[in-house]
Amino acid sequence: MILQLSVFMQNERGRMADACRTIADAGIDIHALFVADTEQFGVLRALCDTPATAAERMQQAGWRATVTPVIGVRVDDVPGGLAALLTFLDERDVNVEYGYCVSLEDGSAVNILKTDGDKALEAVLAEAGFAIARPEEIYDID
Amino acid sequence: MYFQPEIETMPREELFQLQLERIGETLRNAYENVPFYRQQFDEAGVRPEDFRSFEDLQRFPFLVKQDMRDAYPYGLFARPNKDVARIHASSGTTGQATVVGHTAADLRNWGDCFARGIAMVGGSADSTLQVSYGYGLFTGGLGAHAGGEAMGCTVIPTSSGNTKRQVQMMRDLGTDILACTPSYALFIADTAIEMGYDPAKDFKISAGIFGAEPCSQNMRDEISEKLGIQYCDVYGLSEVMGPGVAMECAERNGLHIAEDHFYCEILDPDTLAPVPDGEWGELVITTLTRECCPLVRYRTRDVTRIISEPCACGRTHRKIDKLRGRTDDMLILRGVNVFPSQIEQVITSFEEVVPHYQIVLSTRGPLDHIEVQVETVPEFPFDEVRKLEDLRKRLAAELKGNLQIAVDVKIVEPKTIARSEGKAKRVIDNREAGNR
Ligand SMILES: [Zn+2]
Repeated sequence: MILQLSVFMQNERGRMADACRTIADAGIDIHALFVADTEQFGVLRALCDTPATAAERMQQAGWRATVTPVIGVRVDDVPGGLAALLTFLDERDVNVEYGYCVSLEDGSAVNILKTDGDKALEAVLAEAGFAIARPEEIYDID
Repeated sequence: MYFQPEIETMPREELFQLQLERIGETLRNAYENVPFYRQQFDEAGVRPEDFRSFEDLQRFPFLVKQDMRDAYPYGLFARPNKDVARIHASSGTTGQATVVGHTAADLRNWGDCFARGIAMVGGSADSTLQVSYGYGLFTGGLGAHAGGEAMGCTVIPTSSGNTKRQVQMMRDLGTDILACTPSYALFIADTAIEMGYDPAKDFKISAGIFGAEPCSQNMRDEISEKLGIQYCDVYGLSEVMGPGVAMECAERNGLHIAEDHFYCEILDPDTLAPVPDGEWGELVITTLTRECCPLVRYRTRDVTRIISEPCACGRTHRKIDKLRGRTDDMLILRGVNVFPSQIEQVITSFEEVVPHYQIVLSTRGPLDHIEVQVETVPEFPFDEVRKLEDLRKRLAAELKGNLQIAVDVKIVEPKTIARSEGKAKRVIDNREAGNR
């Protein structure tokens, strides 16, 4: 599974910059970054190198940080590709908490999904013909 | 089951009559024998004979802690030295000590009050009572001791300290009831466990009578579980007597006031007007039988409420609820009295958040705005915004239900809220001066 770095942030000016600086100071590269925010707080979600180390460094710096397992599925370049994936999950009663799309260096795109499914879900998807992205295709694993 | 059944289950009408008579006696004792009271009553234009009904008591002036300090040492004694049997004093950490005298009859009544609590936890002359309150000027040790003697218990006066020996005696002598402060009870329990015992199973102990300091519900549960006992909360203060003013029966829903010895009023701490039974306010006590130091309308600064519904234990004396805090800690928010302890109670009942919190008050338009800041526990799945929002909503709903006013819950980053070993600063008041 792909491990995503998640960081809790108060919705205050400069907090996102502070968070990114903490990751950068640890010498860790960020490949993709998304923020879900509400009026009060935000959750920073990043695909970065050595995510476990990144989370540990963030915690040491006083942040509420953790790694979250997510699934990466390569997007078919045809209409309805994403719909097929979501329908497949829905039919198996798997909830998708959130999702976003990242493009890799080779120009291809990957859907990142946070689901309430377990580890076996990846194998189920692969068996059904979905192209699962491996972590090392996205970041340096630790 | 009861220590003094004829008094403890006295029909309420008779009890009211007794209280009326005794309030009159207290007012006379105060007016005739204590120049301070005479001057106070005269200034307020009231005399003891003006008292005919409970409402009349409201015309009499209050007594506050500072009056007792100012009267140091003998200014509030209504009896000459030859009639005084013992002196107790409260610590003078925040100023002059307050000295309180007791006649032999006062001490007897005190023992009776505490002995009623021993009966509430199933004690009898057959019981062994270990008193691990400190003995001395502090009223805990000798107060509990007098209760044990009144009941006819075997009293072990271990006092506080030397905890390993306490545990050894508790085990070897077969202590049935332990009396001490809640924090010391927990320390004794932990020491016993460290020594390799399981006091809940290995020891005979079946009850504990604990008081003299605040204790959260969590701590009560922990003490009860570790020692395997019925927990009896005892209320008392040295100015009024000592432990035994009110004690918690086995129904565990409030503390029965010894209403034949004390008359309790609950007042709005702001307006000093009486509040209806069941509403929270400051406890004001008038002593009914004390000879040496009669107190008229003593403002305790303790916040509680009257529970007037009949108790299943059969005692007719009304109850006070577990203390909610001190009036000094009270906040007035949008006209509602709120205690930080109420907020703490809600927060500690949520395992998703750590027990540190902060209350930030500000003015928004004409209204107070209340923000309660909390931090999630490290394991909380904060990655999902939905779960954070859900937690916020549940906390806000629970707080609103408890406080009767709406508050904003804000989840903050860890370490935003200062940790402190001693008293944490829980309230930050940024309200405009006129709104405080
Ligand atoms: Zn009762």
